[in-house]
Amino acid sequence: MGGAASLTPLYIVAGYLALLLGLGVVTKRLFRGTSSDYFVAGRSIGAFLLLMSVFGTTMTAFALVGSTAKAYDLGIGVYGLMASSSGLVHSLVFFLVGIRLWAIGKRYGYVTQIQYFRARFESDGFGYLLFPILVALVIPYLLIGLLGAGSVVRGVTAGMFPETFPGVLNPETGRTMFAGAVPPWLTGLVVSGVVLFYIFGGGVRGAAWANAAQTIVFMITGVIAFVLIARELGGLDAASAKVLESSPQHLAREGQIGHLQFLTYGLVPLSVGMFPHLFQHWLTARSAKTFRLTIVCHPIFIMIVWVPCVLIGVWAVGQGIVAPGGNSNAVLGKVVADVLVDPALSGILTAGILAAIMSSLDSQFVCLGTMFTHDVVLQAFGEGRFSDRQKVLMGRAFIVAVVAVTYLFTFFPPPHIFDLAVWCFSGFASLFPLVFASLYWRRATKAGAIASTLVMAATWTVLFYQGMLAGGDPDSDFLVGGMMPVTIIFAASAATLVAVSLMTEPPSPEAVDRYFPTRSDPRRLPA
Amino acid sequence: MRRLVWALVALLAIVHWDFWYWDDRTLVFGFLPIGLAYQALFSLACGLTWWLAVRFAWPGELEEWAAAGDEAPGGAG
Repeated sequence: MGGAASLTPLYIVAGYLALLLGLGVVTKRLFRGTSSDYFVAGRSIGAFLLLMSVFGTTMTAFALVGSTAKAYDLGIGVYGLMASSSGLVHSLVFFLVGIRLWAIGKRYGYVTQIQYFRARFESDGFGYLLFPILVALVIPYLLIGLLGAGSVVRGVTAGMFPETFPGVLNPETGRTMFAGAVPPWLTGLVVSGVVLFYIFGGGVRGAAWANAAQTIVFMITGVIAFVLIARELGGLDAASAKVLESSPQHLAREGQIGHLQFLTYGLVPLSVGMFPHLFQHWLTARSAKTFRLTIVCHPIFIMIVWVPCVLIGVWAVGQGIVAPGGNSNAVLGKVVADVLVDPALSGILTAGILAAIMSSLDSQFVCLGTMFTHDVVLQAFGEGRFSDRQKVLMGRAFIVAVVAVTYLFTFFPPPHIFDLAVWCFSGFASLFPLVFASLYWRRATKAGAIASTLVMAATWTVLFYQGMLAGGDPDSDFLVGGMMPVTIIFAASAATLVAVSLMTEPPSPEAVDRYFPTRSDPRRLPA
Repeated sequence: MRRLVWALVALLAIVHWDFWYWDDRTLVFGFLPIGLAYQALFSLACGLTWWLAVRFAWPGELEEWAAAGDEAPGGAG
């Protein structure tokens, strides 16, 4: 990389982080000091901000770095596998689940998913069961963000500070790696600090504003990078022609992705129905109509971000670019370094990648604090025991504790961090039958919900152990009979919910009627 | 129209599995692999279908129902 030791990329990234701190100051001024404003932005977020915040939250480091990496490994089929299916399923979930949960949340004043489930199934204990499962599934998600940020910044800053950061010795090769690069522990600290600053200032409103700004940044930088990379490779046609010559299998799916794998992957995007951070964003909406723009534009936005990344991934194969250390997640950074030699461009793209990462981290941080405050502390000690200020402070303290734990995990990174993301999504997706049944099946019972959640947790743990910990092939997806593991977990969770609900006493009509407001019981609609 | 919209959503779920392009390496416009072009077009079709859904199958009654609520949180009966 020409000018590898130039500090320009770092200055650009630092400038971007400073802008985010400034945004934190602005949102702090707008913060009304109430817990409602901190946790659900006073339910006042408009259509554009909801679109950008939901999209930014849904698109993690996975969207830019992971999509390029997967395309590098598996070819163009990755788009159909992960992106276009999400365009259909995410909007479907927003339409069928998101709007309905928003309405219930607004009507009954809920702030978290668990508040809703506790009330719907008339069980405080169910909330205590669900809380650790949701937190445990969010932590790997946070880990992916921090590891992704550390990895990207380390790649871009290589050689900048040879005396301060001499690098690490690879015991296998005896060579020093990452000499002069900003180490991931420092990036993790800085990124966490910046995100904590702007969310502590403005709560979920701060997160929504920062998400919107960062979504614009990463979409624009992604498109700019794509255009420049295509130009440097001799144009679109030349770049793709090279792939056709050297690795034509990357331009199709035969031998790369199985049919059952492709079909069952479609269950993974159902995870958005149970993401606690997305639930919180839904509740910030000013009205149901606010969702319309999100539902329509989400698939198109996914396309704008993913198509360029997938093409860059397969073009890298055509160019013979070798993933550093065999780690395909480093391919995007390698392409940028090898093809875009301008340090300013490198800095801008790095800022864009960090934007994608932070636009998810912020919502996850806020939702963890919200869940702890409402689902554990206020549930145990009572709503009136604490002032608004105390509630906000408790939420912040829990966020710091979880971020600290996650930060410690970054010192022991798993080898394939994006596979961890798919496992995390699979867990949330397998809880989807729970939320769907709670909204559309009156006969769903407390026992069914509890049994289903326990079965999901048990099945997920067994398959995760087999796939990630017990020596599964790290270079390919762990499949069960050619299917994604989510199929098994989802089926077990859904079957248990239905079977146990039918075997147990139905909930009282009075309790259930509160949550079935529409055509199933039109009499309950207002005149 | 509501039924047509949901029929379109079901159709999209079916045609997402484009097995007919599984081993086709044709480059559309000289650079875009046909499997990727099809799926990109699929994304646009999703956007269009969801536009029809919010236009013709919108659950407007939910808004009114939500606004009518002033109950305290948590109480299920």
